[in-house]
Amino acid sequence: MSLYLLRRLGQSLILLVLVSLIGFALIHLAPGGPLAQFTLTPGMSSADLARIAHQMGLDRPLPVQYWEWFRRLLIGDWGLSYRDNQPVLAVIGSHVPATLELMISSTLIAVLIGTWVGVLGALRRYSIFDYLATIGAMIALSLPTFWFGLVVIYAFSVKLGWLPAGGMYTVGDGSLLDYAHHLIGPAMVLALVTVAIWSRYMRSSMLEVTSQDFVRTATAKGLPRRVVIIRHALRNALLPMITLMGLQLPTLLGGALVTETIFTWPGMGRLFLDSIGYRDYPVVMGLLMFTALLVLIGNLTADMLYALYDPRIRLD
Amino acid sequence: MAQAAAKPPSKPTGQVIIGLSQEPTVFNPLMPHIEVDQGVHWNVFTPLWNVNAQGQFVPQLATEVPTIGNGGISEDGLEWRVKLRSGVVWHDGTPFSADDVKFTLELINNPHFRAYTRNGHEQVTDIKVVSPTEITWRMKKSYAPYASILSWTFIVPQHILGKADDPNTAPFNNAPVGTGPFKWSERMPGDHITLVANEHFFGTGPYLERVVFHYVPDLTALFTQFQTGAVDYTGIQGITADHYNEAVKLPGRNVTAGPSGTCESITMNLTHPALRDLAVRQALYYAMDKKSIIDAIYYGLPKPTETFLPSQSWAYNPDLPKQVYDVAKAKQILDAAGWKPGAGGIREKGGVKLSFINSTTAGNHVREQAQELLQQSWKEIGADMQIKNMPAAVIWGDYYNMSKYDSVMVGQNEMTGPDPDVTIYYSSKATMAKGGSGQNTMEYDNPKVDELLAQGATTLEQSKRIPIYRELQSVIRQDLPMLPIFQYARIEGTKKGLMGYEPSVYVQANSWNVGQWYWAT
Repeated sequence: MSLYLLRRLGQSLILLVLVSLIGFALIHLAPGGPLAQFTLTPGMSSADLARIAHQMGLDRPLPVQYWEWFRRLLIGDWGLSYRDNQPVLAVIGSHVPATLELMISSTLIAVLIGTWVGVLGALRRYSIFDYLATIGAMIALSLPTFWFGLVVIYAFSVKLGWLPAGGMYTVGDGSLLDYAHHLIGPAMVLALVTVAIWSRYMRSSMLEVTSQDFVRTATAKGLPRRVVIIRHALRNALLPMITLMGLQLPTLLGGALVTETIFTWPGMGRLFLDSIGYRDYPVVMGLLMFTALLVLIGNLTADMLYALYDPRIRLD
Repeated sequence: MAQAAAKPPSKPTGQVIIGLSQEPTVFNPLMPHIEVDQGVHWNVFTPLWNVNAQGQFVPQLATEVPTIGNGGISEDGLEWRVKLRSGVVWHDGTPFSADDVKFTLELINNPHFRAYTRNGHEQVTDIKVVSPTEITWRMKKSYAPYASILSWTFIVPQHILGKADDPNTAPFNNAPVGTGPFKWSERMPGDHITLVANEHFFGTGPYLERVVFHYVPDLTALFTQFQTGAVDYTGIQGITADHYNEAVKLPGRNVTAGPSGTCESITMNLTHPALRDLAVRQALYYAMDKKSIIDAIYYGLPKPTETFLPSQSWAYNPDLPKQVYDVAKAKQILDAAGWKPGAGGIREKGGVKLSFINSTTAGNHVREQAQELLQQSWKEIGADMQIKNMPAAVIWGDYYNMSKYDSVMVGQNEMTGPDPDVTIYYSSKATMAKGGSGQNTMEYDNPKVDELLAQGATTLEQSKRIPIYRELQSVIRQDLPMLPIFQYARIEGTKKGLMGYEPSVYVQANSWNVGQWYWAT
């Protein structure tokens, strides 16, 4: 087991270095740079821009800039944001709570509802419920989030006044109730798509399991239907979901760009987009490495949990 | 109206939530920043003097603005003497003094410090602190725009930044201490910044207890929050033109289409084989349907212009010839200049086609519509304009700075605060593609213009500068290196009852005077 872990660790490190190289090359291939935002600023001349570029070390050859960044990363220095000069980890860290709040709540809602809808759909295959659930899933998957989000705000905030028009909390308030009130809109919109996906996965997984021999055996033995479904079928149907959960980890901390923009939610998705737009290289690289780490950890955790849960699997 | 008579409260009361579609991230006012950042700087810091909406200097940390008339500036423009206000304290209670002014000016010129501009400041030497309330220095050469540059130069505290290991990354930059009407309270990165009233502010106000700058990246979401009242004022980038008609009908809201210092133009690269011909530029200008662009695409909100200065500037020339939309005249000019219709209706002369590319920021739908209109209008006279747009980070990088374009549709504020000095935009020495230093990306070269620019920059009396700049605008209007279209209108909304809001072309953000805002009860 420990040999397995060591091997995975080694693979992960090589992958991370590769990701950083490719990421670095790609963002520098994109034309423009961190100083492009100042071109039209009144009062800043091109002489000023050239001087600042030199002061920031942006005129050094790219391999030198990469090595500087990599060397610092090795000793734990993720660099400073070009925009507010804050340490990159602090910048990323400051967006984590908001992101987790939104992603965890929406994922929880989505998983709970999605599982229930999927299981029921599988058990009552081709019933009205199943058809409605299928069509509902298709609609939910096709709805563009930016449109749906605005519709929700328009209906529930502007017209009905039930929900706030965006933001994470009301300045001056800050109570738990206030936070929850602001969370409803974005969490529901985000959950909608995930519910659709989960319910489909759950349904097909459940269908596959219920057609297996051991389920027929359990029923033949005279076990109550509820026990067959929950103790035997569902347990096995959840197996592929574990892998999916693990793959969800980077999404949990990656945020949801469109929802965050529409609902003015200060999450990681927006941070990523803003950093790229402003060519804030240290933060972009930091986010890249962060996400890559999460993907690797997520995969590893999923594999280990799977092995724990399913005695047929042996990791080696 | 009862509201107009409402007086400000005796104690700072209430709060204002300002919605911004870009996030302020730079809080050291001397470092590279964009407009939204300046909107915050105006409230936390103060310059020696600022400019009011009428373009007049108003002393702030100084007791009077130095001029030749009051002896603050010597006859030759080289010796400056500034008298400072006494009794001013920094937000942390430390008294302000001339040492802070000396420190600020020296920091800007410090080779290790990433000052956003050294324009003007690099002329300053021999700074002497005569007393805590008096400072003198010498300019290496007389530079008229310097008073304007100082109106945008916020003074920073020596007792904090002077002790920092590296002023570029000092903790001060994220917890600034200034002398302005509001103190720094907190920042949630990516979300908002909160300022609270400075009870010891030396000037009038502040009348608000708290100001919140809230980052709302989506303009539709910003408008919605304005509608529901979640934001009290839509700052940069305000309300889009297509929402204007809806916005003015909102109950309990005031919508202002205020003037902006930014002017929109088609800026041309004068080395382009077709565009280098004055006749071509004149013809293109005659064939520009400005009225349709302004009325149909921009909802009639901006004002047509013939120059690069806003009409509110003291140097604005109101007598420039007005553009006329005359397609027949345009064709006439081209025929007379030898541009004959060739293949596909596109004119040619000496083997050169009247064909060029026009670029602007991709994703700017309104500009794209304007481009399409121009494309059609110019096709009529036999000019082929091709549209090639790119993201902001691309087009306003080397493509623009190194004159790689044929023509661009650009909005620019070419003033320096209230000063009309546009040397970096029109001087023949300001073309980077030719090894110069500046923003003359058009590669425009007119010795008369160079002469006028030099005169304007070294003449200190405003009354003497006016005729110089009027002539400058006249020459540029004749040469048409850029085709001026309109002066921007900034459409911004405030909640009814919010007093004190005053749009100004002399600042980059209309939150410059939040220290004077209050709620009429």
